[in-house]
Amino acid sequence: MTAAPQEVAATAPREVTARLTGLVGALRAHGLGIGTGETVDAGLALEAVGFDDPERMRAALAATLLHGEAQRRVFDRVFDLYFPPSEGRPQEPGPRTGEDPAADAARLRDRLAAALAGGDDAALNLLAREAVGGLGGYGASPGSDGWSSHRTLSRLRPETLLARVRALREGGGAAEPEFADRLTDDEIRRRIEDFRERVRTEARRRVAERQGRDRVARRAVAATPDRVDFLLAGRAQLDELRRTVRPLARRLATRLAARRRRAARGEIDLRRTLRRSLSTGGVPVRPVLRRRRPGRPELVLLCDVSGSVAGFAQFTMLLVRALHDQFGRVRVFAFVNRVDEVTGLVARGGADPAGLGERILAEATVTGWHGQSDYGTALGEFAERYADALGPRTVVFVLGDARTNHSDPNPAALKRIADRARRVYWLNPEQPALWSTGDSAAHAYAELVDMRPCRNARQLAELIGRLLPV
Amino acid sequence: MGNRGNSGGTAVTTGYFSSVDDVASRLAGTGYLASPAVATTVFLADRLGKPLLVEGPAGVGKTELAKAVAEVAGARLVRLQCYEGVDEARALYEWNHAKQLLRITAGRDESWDETRTDIFGEEFLLSRPLLTAIRSEEPTVLLVDETDKADVEVEGLLLEVLSDFQVTVPELGTITATRRPFVVLTSNASRELSEALRRRCLFLHIGFPEEDLERRIVRSKVPGIDEALAASVVRVVGALRAMDLRKAPSVAETVDWARTLLALGADTLSEAVVRDSLGVILKHREDILTAAAELGLEAV
Repeated sequence: MTAAPQEVAATAPREVTARLTGLVGALRAHGLGIGTGETVDAGLALEAVGFDDPERMRAALAATLLHGEAQRRVFDRVFDLYFPPSEGRPQEPGPRTGEDPAADAARLRDRLAAALAGGDDAALNLLAREAVGGLGGYGASPGSDGWSSHRTLSRLRPETLLARVRALREGGGAAEPEFADRLTDDEIRRRIEDFRERVRTEARRRVAERQGRDRVARRAVAATPDRVDFLLAGRAQLDELRRTVRPLARRLATRLAARRRRAARGEIDLRRTLRRSLSTGGVPVRPVLRRRRPGRPELVLLCDVSGSVAGFAQFTMLLVRALHDQFGRVRVFAFVNRVDEVTGLVARGGADPAGLGERILAEATVTGWHGQSDYGTALGEFAERYADALGPRTVVFVLGDARTNHSDPNPAALKRIADRARRVYWLNPEQPALWSTGDSAAHAYAELVDMRPCRNARQLAELIGRLLPV
Repeated sequence: MGNRGNSGGTAVTTGYFSSVDDVASRLAGTGYLASPAVATTVFLADRLGKPLLVEGPAGVGKTELAKAVAEVAGARLVRLQCYEGVDEARALYEWNHAKQLLRITAGRDESWDETRTDIFGEEFLLSRPLLTAIRSEEPTVLLVDETDKADVEVEGLLLEVLSDFQVTVPELGTITATRRPFVVLTSNASRELSEALRRRCLFLHIGFPEEDLERRIVRSKVPGIDEALAASVVRVVGALRAMDLRKAPSVAETVDWARTLLALGADTLSEAVVRDSLGVILKHREDILTAAAELGLEAV
């Protein structure tokens, strides 16, 4: 190394250096690849912008440490822990104990309504701090065990302030009886959600002070959306994931197109080159390139839409749907214990991705006598009823965890599917260590088709980009 | 080595700006209103002498930023517009074959050795943007626009040029920048740029601006507009961006819309005005339908 790190250490306060390395460590733990060179740059950047303005420090670190916008959320949360905005503030509004918490909450609600109406950032931050301090502590005496954003928010109930904020705004002289006013409610809702996030940030910060930043930064900060485990993702995370469908599809499409283009350049067709050389006396003047069959792959998705796997299946359906012009034909089938074609539903699903799962369950026949997934029956029915969907150009993706609820896995049906299709890939959202534990028939199926773990959006994108034939 | 780009004989900083505030106020002087994050990052790119990779949706001012920096720095703007199939000859340099041939025919009685040393001289070298920026003696801003449109090979080329700010022409030797250009790369993220390239750069994502900033942008770009109307326009655009549209309206479209409204003589936003001019901000039929439904407009 050069002298640069020492320079940084010498000029920046030592405390900052320690925080910076802590921050980088936490980001690395979340899967952001950050090299030493970037850490050094980050130090230099901090030094260049100074230590007075937290927002500048945030921008400086983001510029030097991040490589993409997808990492931004994790970064922001970790940053808030290591460089809290409250630093340098004269005093912490302590928890006001001994008083009536209900009255506290009422007073806070009044001030919060005013701050929301005015859109006053500084006041909102202050209120978030006071709210967590006053309402969010738990344990024997408030705050002795920790701070909870959930507790704060359930006492403060900012979402119920909508009407009051609206009244304040209208009463505040901002009388504009025009079109834009019908947006007011949505704007207030967005501001309230923003405030809730501030409360969460503040609670995390306080917990971090108590338990140590490194620990909280590694555990309490959610992963970037593309790394969220399909099986563990909550509703909000799935929503967020769905929003990444379109950009992800676009990236995949360019990657597939580039691959196709490269492949289309082709090799020299020796036989035809020599044959053509007859006209030039055996001198191969013009090489002939092997012709590529045009023809795009046909894709069949066979998705388990039961319970916990459903999020994974839906996301994949939407992604494939968004990629539809990359394929000659896409057909999507869903099953729990009976199979039904849902191509049409998915095609229309772009308008309302969140409701797609419910519509499939409501409009398609995917369950028979019970609601549990049964791979054996479903695969058998598919092989029988939809054999026409398979052909020498078809690539089949089966999506599911291969958990049969102790019914017959019926590998013969999968074998029949594999025999008719060009390739069959099975994407399993469970980690391989769990395959064939309990009622999982993963290995029985993995012997017949290529089964791969696919636990998050990043892996899925990689698999689709790699597995599809050119 | 951690700080690869910083070694070598050239001055590391471009030295155009003295502080973050300086960036913000001077850019504002050209009509580019920068958010604090943009101002900070531009200052750092200047101070650390690293290329700046700017990503973000179309129409938020990525290219404009490079132009504004060039303007305030009094620098020459050299632009490499990337596209599929752009290659070394278009990006870096090529030999002027026609001129070389003329030279060879003109000097018939020379020996081959003489001719050869001659035709691979400066005179016959056609400088393309990258080489131009590196050789430039005057202050220069190098804009590599839409980097994601170029093929992967060009990225490799950029890596070499941007890490050492030098170019090797086999016949001439290595040309090193005497004066480091301020480099801006833009990308729409239609292709994933390589990690290696990202590591060489400072990263800046320009998203849609905050309401307040966008209002100021509208007011500065559309001077005649009334304050209340500008505010309403920005609010509606903000609401549209929160919807799930194929293409969210960009700042450029906000400004267009404001201009249109002004031209139509609308002094307030009414339902009819919005309905009739929605096509200015939304570019897909289905987006217009979605937006009309969510805004509670009658069928468009």
